[in-house]
Amino acid sequence: MLSSVILVPAVLNGLMTGAVYALIALGLTLIYGVLHIINFAHGALLTAAMFAAFFAHKLLGLDPYVAALGLTPLFFLLGYGLQRFVIGPAAHGEDRNILLVTLGLAVVIENALLYAFRADTRTINLPYAFDVVEVGTAFLAVPRVIAFIVVVAVALALWLIMRWTDTGKAIRAVAKEKRGAELVGIDVAHIYAVTFGLGTACLAIAACLLIPTYYVNPQAGNAFVLIAFTIVVLGGMGSVTGALIGGLFVGVVESLSSLYLGESLGQIGIFAMFILVLLFRPSGLFGERA
Amino acid sequence: MVEPLLRVEQVSKRFGGLLALDRTSFLAQAGCITALIGPNGAGKTTLFSIIAGFAPPSAGRIIYDDVDITGEPPHRLARRGIARTFQIVQPFTTLSVRENIAVGSHLSRPARADALAAAGDVARAVGLGDLLDRPAATLTVAGRKRLELARALAIEPRLLLLDEVLAGLNPSEIRDMVPIIRAIRDRGITIVMIEHVMQAVMSLAEHVLVLSEGRIIAEGPPQAIAGDPRVVEAYLGHGAAGRMLAAGTGHA
Amino acid sequence: MRGFAPILIVTALLATVPLITSSNVVLNFLVVALLIALVGQGWNLLGGYGGQYSFGHAAFFGTGAYATAILQVQYGINAWLGLLIGIAAGALVGAVIGALSFRSGLKGSYFALVTLAFAEVLRIIASVAPITGAGVGTLIKLDLRPEAFQFQSRAPFYWIILALVGLSLVLIRMIEDSRFGAYLVALRENEDAAQALGVNTTMVKLLAMTISAAITAAGGCFYAQYFLFIDAGIAYGPWISVEALLAPIIGGIGTVFGPLLGALVVKTLGELTKLMTGDAPGLDLVIYGSVLILVIAFAPRGISGILLDLRRRLRSLRRAAPASLGGGHG
Repeated sequence: MLSSVILVPAVLNGLMTGAVYALIALGLTLIYGVLHIINFAHGALLTAAMFAAFFAHKLLGLDPYVAALGLTPLFFLLGYGLQRFVIGPAAHGEDRNILLVTLGLAVVIENALLYAFRADTRTINLPYAFDVVEVGTAFLAVPRVIAFIVVVAVALALWLIMRWTDTGKAIRAVAKEKRGAELVGIDVAHIYAVTFGLGTACLAIAACLLIPTYYVNPQAGNAFVLIAFTIVVLGGMGSVTGALIGGLFVGVVESLSSLYLGESLGQIGIFAMFILVLLFRPSGLFGERA
Repeated sequence: MVEPLLRVEQVSKRFGGLLALDRTSFLAQAGCITALIGPNGAGKTTLFSIIAGFAPPSAGRIIYDDVDITGEPPHRLARRGIARTFQIVQPFTTLSVRENIAVGSHLSRPARADALAAAGDVARAVGLGDLLDRPAATLTVAGRKRLELARALAIEPRLLLLDEVLAGLNPSEIRDMVPIIRAIRDRGITIVMIEHVMQAVMSLAEHVLVLSEGRIIAEGPPQAIAGDPRVVEAYLGHGAAGRMLAAGTGHA
Repeated sequence: MRGFAPILIVTALLATVPLITSSNVVLNFLVVALLIALVGQGWNLLGGYGGQYSFGHAAFFGTGAYATAILQVQYGINAWLGLLIGIAAGALVGAVIGALSFRSGLKGSYFALVTLAFAEVLRIIASVAPITGAGVGTLIKLDLRPEAFQFQSRAPFYWIILALVGLSLVLIRMIEDSRFGAYLVALRENEDAAQALGVNTTMVKLLAMTISAAITAAGGCFYAQYFLFIDAGIAYGPWISVEALLAPIIGGIGTVFGPLLGALVVKTLGELTKLMTGDAPGLDLVIYGSVLILVIAFAPRGISGILLDLRRRLRSLRRAAPASLGGGHG
């Protein structure tokens, strides 16, 4: 067995990576829980957000954490607009059509980015990207610690919104019982759009948290979103708790298994887990029946 | 003495913490119409779903034609001769009336032409002969109910489970449907029907079962059920039977 | 359109193209369009008629392509035999994925997700496995003999792919008129009702998926012979999964000629894009994605749907139009 000197930092690092995974998964599960659609465009939107964060730094010199303040509302509006004016109307309410429309969006966004920015991988350089913070015996990278703290804050903020604001209550109502919500006068189309916007806003924040330490290219979002999908099916479609706990769990598992197994088995392993969970327990450990 | 075609034995169904059916048992005699009545939420459709194979019981057995069919899937039961209609009608909307019914006719007829022809005969038997080539989506509620019935008949069942086949029909439409149902029984098909329309239950059923809160609280011929105070209570609430007696209304 | 006559007429007309023109540009365009039509027809059976939308038909295309390529390159197997084996391999993959998915009761978005995942797994395996040449890809040796399924001119290739498309049209038409087809469409419309009528929906879906995979795999085999080079991104990449569903949706989902019509439109759009903006990667898919959304939004039944509507409108204009009896509008 490895000593705690190696294990503890691995676990802590896993938790921090997992936090960002959880945030991405949170957006996905929120959209599913309320709109009951699987957002196939989630990966492409994350990629778009990462490009936005990249260019915010490159062209405007904005630190990603500062850029987040602007990108989050921007992407909220983007998500709102996409659901309200594209996905909602185009699908005419039919599940099969929603599938195709979100797929279409994914294809458009990803390839627009490919066309505009080519396939090159880019990174940004931040002065503090490699600074570390000492926690006990572990040295943790500053951007990752910040990421963890931000995700906790966002989760808390979302919880407060859901609990105490009228919009939050409306969202919960629509998620539970759409017809009833309509009957009491809730504008369901608006709530759907708000929820989609919140999901996309989570992506914007996640992108800003990732960009200090990760690269960006037109495929980048997909890798993370695959993990998010796995988390969501594991933790349960529509379950916020499942997304958060699942995210942290997957982060730790990934960190520990790369200690023992190395990177290469990674992607196939995640896909395999994803497929297995879909086949045997698509409702996940916490979620609603498929 | 006729044999019971269907025996439901001590069937219970639990959904999480909710006990939807509590050791319900009954017999459906071959060639007879048995009605299953009771207030909403009593568990009637749940029972049908279990009999028709769409859900397994938490406990108990379903015996059909002396064979234990508990837990068999719906398509296997259809081949055994059990047909059901759905409470919320489910037509194949992009298909025509004839094509809808043909899906049922295909069960014993592999050839397309045969199935389509047989579908025409079934349609005429329920009065849909004029609408054979219309899209199912254009039918009225009454038309859709007949289509639902026709499809079920097309698989040439021995046991027909009708789930509120008269719901949503106006009085004249009900009056038109009742003889059709009676004619089905006259051809030897056993019918178990969930129904809220009491006039139909009274005129059609030979045996009535009353389900309330997952339990059968009364059974017998229609006239006996009508006057049973327990049945009144189930529908109208505690003490209602007594109040009605006192107010001199007399019958349910 | 009833009967086989329309299929024979269309196929016969298309067969005359190489006799009218020897332009390589035209022939190449049509070969690729017919290839997409074939792949799309495979998707159409499962998605259009069966209502099960697969987002990973690349899994079957790539399997057909790699099967025939590897058999030729590594084992010296004849290319025509490779075609048959490739189709069988594709069908097998379809059966396996179908069995796993349908027995687990996956439908709708979950089914789409799992097919997407399977295709991606195959792509990743193909990109690292030594037998496929990993990142470098697989090159089929040039051997311009008919026995090796390679030809000097494009015309033979054209006739072969046309024959394959013609066969697929006939097959789909036969299925339309069969019990299997009736059951497939019924379960698309309403699975519970179909089961209540005796349809073993799991088996019907599985059979549809197997046939669908076989048809698409044939397209993959042909691709390998025509272009003589494949790699993981070409064989199992998202581009073919997208085109496989785009063609039938544009042309008319769940119709015999839908994929053919749609493929012609898709490829025409692709060519126009190239003409206007050069060969920049990504732009054609941007157009395709946008068209997909627009078609779903405004013409969900595709070109066939538009044509049917037009025909109905013309008919009702010609007639004296009495009020419809017995049953209003649903």
